[in-house]
Amino acid sequence: MLDLVWLIPALPLAGFLTLLVLGRRLGEPMAGWLATAAMGGSFLATVAVFLGLLDRPGDDRFFNQVLFEWVPAGNLSVDAGFLVDPLSITMALFITGVATLIHLYSVGYMHGDPNFSKFFLYLNLFAASMLVLVLGDNMLMTFLGWEGVGTCSYLLVSFWFTSEANASAGKKAFVTNRIGDWGFMVAMFLTFATIGSLSYADLISSSMSGEIAAVTATGIALLLLVGAAGKSAQLPLFVWLPDAMAGPTPVSALIHAATMVTAGVYLFVRVNPVVAAAYDWVPDVIAWVGVLTALVAATIAVAQNDIKKVLAYSTISQLGFMFFAIGSGAYVAAIFHVITHAFFKALLFLGSGSVIHGMHDEQDMRRMGGLRRFMPITGATFIVGWLAIAGVPPFSGFWSKDEILLYAWADSKAIWALGSIAALLTAFYMSRQVFMVFFGEPRWNEALPVAAAAPGGNPDAEVEPESEDVAPAEVDEHPEHHVEDPHESPWTMTLPLVVLAGAAIVAGGLNLPFTPDLHFLGHWLEPSLFGNEAHVDATTGTKVFVAGFSVVLALAGVALAALVYLQRRFDSAVIEQRAFAEGWWIDSTFARVVAGPGRQLFDLAAWFDRTIIDGAVNGVASGVRVGGTALRTLQTGYVRTYALAVGLGAVVVGAWFLTRASF
Amino acid sequence: MIAAGLSNLGVLAQIAEFTPLDTPEVQWAALLPLLILAGGGVVLLTVSSLVKAMAAPGVNAAATVLVGLASIIACVPVWQRVQDPERGPFTAVGGVIGIDGFSILATGLIAASVILAALLLDDYLRREDIDGVEMYALLLLSASGGVIMASANDLIVMFLGLEALSIAIYVMAAMHRRRIESQEAGFKYFIVGAFSSAFFLYGIAMVYGATGSTNLVEIATFLANNLLLRNGVLMLGMALLLVGFGFKVSAVPFQGWTPDVYQGAPTPVTAFMASAVKVAAFAGLIRVFYLALGTYSLDWKPAIYALAVLSMIIGATFAVVQTDVKRMMAYSSISHAGFVLVAVQAGTEKGVTAAIFYLTSYVFMVAGSFGVISLVGRRGDAAHSLDDYRGLSRSRPGLALAFTVFLLAQAGVPLTSGFVAKFNVIAAAVDARSFWLALIAMLASVIAAVLYLKIIVAMYLTGDDAEADDSVAGPKVSIPLPAAAAIGIAIVATLAIGVLPGYLFEVAGDAVPVLIALP
Amino acid sequence: MLLTNFLMLSSILFCIGVYGVLARRNAVMVLMSIELILNAVNINLVAFGTIHGSISGHVFALFIIAVAAAEVGVGLAMVLLIYRNRSSIDLDDVDLLKG
Repeated sequence: MLDLVWLIPALPLAGFLTLLVLGRRLGEPMAGWLATAAMGGSFLATVAVFLGLLDRPGDDRFFNQVLFEWVPAGNLSVDAGFLVDPLSITMALFITGVATLIHLYSVGYMHGDPNFSKFFLYLNLFAASMLVLVLGDNMLMTFLGWEGVGTCSYLLVSFWFTSEANASAGKKAFVTNRIGDWGFMVAMFLTFATIGSLSYADLISSSMSGEIAAVTATGIALLLLVGAAGKSAQLPLFVWLPDAMAGPTPVSALIHAATMVTAGVYLFVRVNPVVAAAYDWVPDVIAWVGVLTALVAATIAVAQNDIKKVLAYSTISQLGFMFFAIGSGAYVAAIFHVITHAFFKALLFLGSGSVIHGMHDEQDMRRMGGLRRFMPITGATFIVGWLAIAGVPPFSGFWSKDEILLYAWADSKAIWALGSIAALLTAFYMSRQVFMVFFGEPRWNEALPVAAAAPGGNPDAEVEPESEDVAPAEVDEHPEHHVEDPHESPWTMTLPLVVLAGAAIVAGGLNLPFTPDLHFLGHWLEPSLFGNEAHVDATTGTKVFVAGFSVVLALAGVALAALVYLQRRFDSAVIEQRAFAEGWWIDSTFARVVAGPGRQLFDLAAWFDRTIIDGAVNGVASGVRVGGTALRTLQTGYVRTYALAVGLGAVVVGAWFLTRASF
Repeated sequence: MIAAGLSNLGVLAQIAEFTPLDTPEVQWAALLPLLILAGGGVVLLTVSSLVKAMAAPGVNAAATVLVGLASIIACVPVWQRVQDPERGPFTAVGGVIGIDGFSILATGLIAASVILAALLLDDYLRREDIDGVEMYALLLLSASGGVIMASANDLIVMFLGLEALSIAIYVMAAMHRRRIESQEAGFKYFIVGAFSSAFFLYGIAMVYGATGSTNLVEIATFLANNLLLRNGVLMLGMALLLVGFGFKVSAVPFQGWTPDVYQGAPTPVTAFMASAVKVAAFAGLIRVFYLALGTYSLDWKPAIYALAVLSMIIGATFAVVQTDVKRMMAYSSISHAGFVLVAVQAGTEKGVTAAIFYLTSYVFMVAGSFGVISLVGRRGDAAHSLDDYRGLSRSRPGLALAFTVFLLAQAGVPLTSGFVAKFNVIAAAVDARSFWLALIAMLASVIAAVLYLKIIVAMYLTGDDAEADDSVAGPKVSIPLPAAAAIGIAIVATLAIGVLPGYLFEVAGDAVPVLIALP
Repeated sequence: MLLTNFLMLSSILFCIGVYGVLARRNAVMVLMSIELILNAVNINLVAFGTIHGSISGHVFALFIIAVAAAEVGVGLAMVLLIYRNRSSIDLDDVDLLKG
């Protein structure tokens, strides 16, 4: 059954080709169903391969399928081939599964779009590229997928853009990703120059046999870190991801939450022997990059008002968790978190898409509230996603995050502490989002028109950190608009939500910490990790303490948010004046702490993101432009200038050769 | 008188007896691809001036395509003979023309460029009211010059090939009489071209002075067997030769003419210049430096290194700030020349293979790109600004898709020929331990990617709302069948090489040039 | 000693020619300067040919004379073309294409 592996990427690719030829003729909704069917087929093929792999004994779970010799390079060559092992098939399983659901969801979400079939065309191409990325048996195949997903991401982010000015988000993604790609490319050539091969099997075996010197392994690992930081939106290359939210929501869910952005994590788990062969400080670098990303992104998320922007920064933050898991040697936990995150973040994104859909394209959370009643399915599933990401047991996010924090504890207390703060903030901003969007129900019925009519007098506006992304004028327009009830989305959209919510609840069962027998994922991935997984010799007491502490953090975050965003609304509308003022007091205190100096900090982080990091990215681009423009004056159009350049060039070249001459 | 005449005859007979003319043996069969091209040009010119029917539309172009095809077909038996291990490469005319895999592949590529250019020219000439047959005749003659240059085994012959190639191109560039830019392009190309071929000649004279021969084999043997105590003359000669080649391949700082000429010349001619001329020039460069001057590679490698770096970076940087697509492509061709120089700089068999591979891929992607530009330029050959491409995906989705493929290939995106070509080049540089150069090459490809993206964005985005009505429709471009065929051929080649590069890699490996002495 | 003299003469001619191309704005003068460089090459070739006692230097010089004639033919035709359109053969007037 392992021979079927080629089918996994081939099916979405076939879907892509079919849509390329017949897309317009098929139209809506046939094109969408076709694409979904291709993805579903791919999922079934993955399951078949998975079962085939399960059949084999634990140490024989490697299968290499070579399709053809792709790039011949002298006496060595690079094959187009697939590597089936527990790691790649785990990735493929959840990628195809989540992608199928998101395809299905898109059938409803993209309803009525003039470019309906084109959307699915890109989506299928993306899925095919992503599967090539994880299934490829060498770095070049991975790079092919890597470039493919990047291109599709770019196309899909720009999907709704019609003017060039608006496409700058896509451009920024392109530029930062090219920086990352450059790191990957250089790493690839360094590997090639060192061991003369690009296949993972060779890379892994020569890392383990010590054939690759520590300094080379360090170089490869750091360059891959640059590549991974670009693709997985780590500091300082994360700027593109929030902007990428301009694309349709299913795209955000599939590409910018569940699959593509985890490619960097996958890559590091794949080449874990290289990291092991590198100098000792390399994992620390990875861990620090990860934990700082987690922290910075979490603080920024607190200051966002756009429902998707919160999720975008949250994704960056969660990716940071995965990176410091890798840095701490917790490869299983990293993959575990990739999987659980794929479920709950896809769920949250799709839920937010459903909200946006139901609210007639409103994305500002300050204009929502009480949606729980109007969109019961969306609300319920979103709450599941929220509890999962906040780390409330027994939802899946708790188990994976707790495991990461446990390894971090064993690795370095500082990283653990920063990670814990990030976890606290995660619970806080996610609760804030949920309360703002789905709760505050009485205000929805009575106060909202008032609030909308006079937003300046609303306590809301003072406490809320104002995002510069949303102009005040925007808040004011169509005050009556939302009074029309938001509607629940069609079944094609809610069914994926329900399935994902189920997954987000139970996915923790993949790797429960209670007894070693319950480490299903850990045992399953063992052959792919070559004993490089860190061993934590923590006592049960430590484990319980870490777990208990993270539960406390999660609940504290939820509670804080409830105090600020939930209780106040409750007070302000129902309880008498005195308590109302009391509620205000809490608010303003909190505003002074969190939204005062704290908020300044968040704003500073947001400013830093906008000015310094964006500036650096744009700076590279504009540096090229300025340099080019300045040099352009050399191209005078006078033929004598060109002749002069030839003459001067001849003098310089001649001078060089004469220095080599002997007389 | 009669007696005197008779005695004169007797003297002549005596001279003939004592010094018999030593006519070299000519391998006509091996020269067939070249003869077809050159003869085809002459015959075409003659016949069409005599036969009225040749004036019918399409006949000249069809004839040119047939000549090109015949030349490619004639290459096949020669290739087989050369690859036959028992026979191997040989010289055709007394040691001055070398027939090896390299020269045959270059011939094939140049003939392919002729075919593509002729297909593009057919409709173009009618559209622009340019009189027919001269262009095709010049095209074929210029191509034969390129073939001579690529197979020259002697510096004199290489110079003759270079001039035959160049002089015809000068005229072709200036052929568009109603476009003042076209004349300017031809004129500028001529001035700088003549200037730099004078440098080239001076270099040949120096090398001849230092080694006592113009034959590449004899030069190589001389340099291998004699350690020159005073090699200043040779060094100067190498420097000037490099200047000459640097001009032809448009390497920085000898590139000044490239953007102006590429922009001003009729677009199908630009397609030919960017493909065939580059192939011929690089073939000459590789033959002279890799083969004849290989002993001195330690001296010329750093110079080519510098040219490669400058070309890649400056070409890409200049290209990014352009707003004229034709000019962008001109600058990007400078950047591509830098990439081929990276491969040449490696100075290894692997490097030469990579260079051949790159050139082969490049011929198709650049000819295809200029083919699209030629169509979008429309009547007057002037609509080349980025704005003219806005909304092309709406009005001509096929054309936009084709251009996208070419641009992605030039950017080096996987599954296109450009990716494998760049991969091979960088692998060759890494193999030759030129790590910094490899890094810079990757950096340049990152910068250049922005440029290709700019064009793609322009084609797929429809423009601001203000001009939405105008631009949603996109430019109204007509696509004549021959041009579509040319673009189709280029697309197929670009994708085929990208997906299955193994075959071309084998061919390129067989086409590494060798020194061929007279038997 | 003899060879050095020829080489000196040729390099002086070469430099004059290069200077002419770079400094002159009249297209015809530029063409003539290029001819000067070519003749410098010819002197070199003939001198080297004599020193080496081989014929190829002389033959090459003949080739160059022939090619130079063809080149000048094309060159003058282009100068004429430009002149007819712009009534000027000043090289610096030909600067439509730039940047």
